[in-house]
Amino acid sequence: MSKTMEPDLQSSLGGEAARPEWKHPSDHWLRGFVIDNRAALGTLAVFIVMMAVFLVANPTVFTTWYLYSSVLTTLPVALFVVVPLVFVVTCGEIDLSFPATMGFASWVFALVVQAGYDPFLGIAAAIVTGTLLGFLVGSLVVYGGLSSLIATLGMNFLLRGLIQIINEGKSTALTGLADSWAYKIFSSQVWGIPVQIFWALAFVVLSAMLYNRHRFGAQVRVVGDNPDSAQQMGIDVKRVRVKVFVFVGIGAAIAGTFSVMINFTWWPTAGDGYLLPVLASVFVGGTPTWGGIGTVAGGAIGAVTVAFIQTGVVAAGLSGFYVQFFNGLIIILSLLGHKWNQARYR
Amino acid sequence: MAERIIELRDISKSYGQVYALGGVNLSVDRGEVVGLIGDNGAGKSTLIKILSGVVKPTSGEILVRGKPVTGWSAARSRDAGIETVFQDRALAVQQTIVRNIFMGRELTGFMGFLKVNKEIEEASRLMREIGFTSKVFTPHSIVGQLSGGERQGVAIARAIYKQAELIILDEPTTALSLTETAKVFHFVRQVRASGRSILFIGHNIHHVFDIADRFVVLDRGKVALTADRTEVKSAEDLINFMEDVAHPGGLPGLHDAGDAERAVR
Repeated sequence: MSKTMEPDLQSSLGGEAARPEWKHPSDHWLRGFVIDNRAALGTLAVFIVMMAVFLVANPTVFTTWYLYSSVLTTLPVALFVVVPLVFVVTCGEIDLSFPATMGFASWVFALVVQAGYDPFLGIAAAIVTGTLLGFLVGSLVVYGGLSSLIATLGMNFLLRGLIQIINEGKSTALTGLADSWAYKIFSSQVWGIPVQIFWALAFVVLSAMLYNRHRFGAQVRVVGDNPDSAQQMGIDVKRVRVKVFVFVGIGAAIAGTFSVMINFTWWPTAGDGYLLPVLASVFVGGTPTWGGIGTVAGGAIGAVTVAFIQTGVVAAGLSGFYVQFFNGLIIILSLLGHKWNQARYR
Repeated sequence: MAERIIELRDISKSYGQVYALGGVNLSVDRGEVVGLIGDNGAGKSTLIKILSGVVKPTSGEILVRGKPVTGWSAARSRDAGIETVFQDRALAVQQTIVRNIFMGRELTGFMGFLKVNKEIEEASRLMREIGFTSKVFTPHSIVGQLSGGERQGVAIARAIYKQAELIILDEPTTALSLTETAKVFHFVRQVRASGRSILFIGHNIHHVFDIADRFVVLDRGKVALTADRTEVKSAEDLINFMEDVAHPGGLPGLHDAGDAERAVR
């Protein structure tokens, strides 16, 4: 047995080891780029096909700027939560409490502004609130050892209930907001383009760097991939898990604040409508459910896709009854596409 | 004589009433490959866990480079230049080779951002050092695409980072095919050629015999034999010895150790 192993070793490995450099098809930059980003590129393809269908169905509406302008106003709100959720799902968890966090943090923002303080202070207070709520939810899941699916669902009801109890369903109008500097910077228009989209884009780019090129992202991926290994290699797995929930809290706070600034009004239901579209965006974007891998860029494109479905279906001349059907169709087709597009390694 | 990297003196470990180890002496010198052999339940894994600091011995002394240590722990073990490649390899299979090699000790610069090029450079160097190169993969390849032996290579490359002086390989060839086993041996030889010491644990005596300079046979929590390679003529010698230890006087109905071995097969 030992005799036969020697020559085998020399012939099969000695030869390869002597070659100094690796050569791999993905060494070509374009091919490497496509392989590394195939999930995001797949989502982009879905979006382009969908838009092409809309454009053919109703060329006049889909060439008017107003349609895009309205999508670009509301889309940023979703982006601020879709992106942190990509981190959570990559980490092997889920967070369903972000709609209530959006409502709660923006409530704090509304209270500060209503009390006559500068909106900048309100934004800061909202972000602090979001951070604390994210920490609370994360600690409950991680240190309490609870299932994130159920625990965050419970927190969503709990926080929303708290808001409703205290406000008794009443909204808050923020009339002075329109004259403030904060509004000009975060919610006005530049050359006819809603300024929110620039902030959201900056957030997406920064988060993508955090995901792909930062220790935080690297550890999130490893923890989602194999928590036991991560632990053995000295990563504080629980800390990383809590951090992703904190990130969602911060994103939700920003999203909530932006949504209030669009309408000049805070509703006790603020954020509620975002639960399902945001979750759909993450998975349409190509982040798989099993953890370890994901794509921030894909998630962002997924959010754009989901945002255009509703607008597109109505604008294409179909009745509103078709919206849900097309939502579902796009989600299912995307999932099938991603399943074919990416293999799961074990 | 070569420097003694680690020495265990009279190490015992008991779990309640059960003795896993009863007074084990073991040492590894610089540049030496020690093969640790023993049947299931002989105490191999307990011994490894003590060496890597995961488990604390009930009694006995641990010496690192001749000096007794107190407060032995996993962190102290790693500080002393001891790296363990556990049986399950502890890899994140959906990540690249680079991400696995730097798991938990990412090379970072400005504000915690990764030094991507530096990491690739270092990973390439480590992979070359153990002869872990191929034309079908790069440091960017996903570990899940690699074969079992190649995955072991990633784990070994990770272990030799940080100038580790002693690499503990816990059953690195378990569940691998012949060609994959050959790959792992190729990596192990490269590690030895770099002057590092290796403690190679296995229950396949042929595998251990191929690679080790010295053999330590563990039996029911005690060292049953320590022998230099020069003292052992063949793997069969070791098998005969282990048979004798396990069944003093031979198995009933068999007349010599050769029969016993044939019976085992």
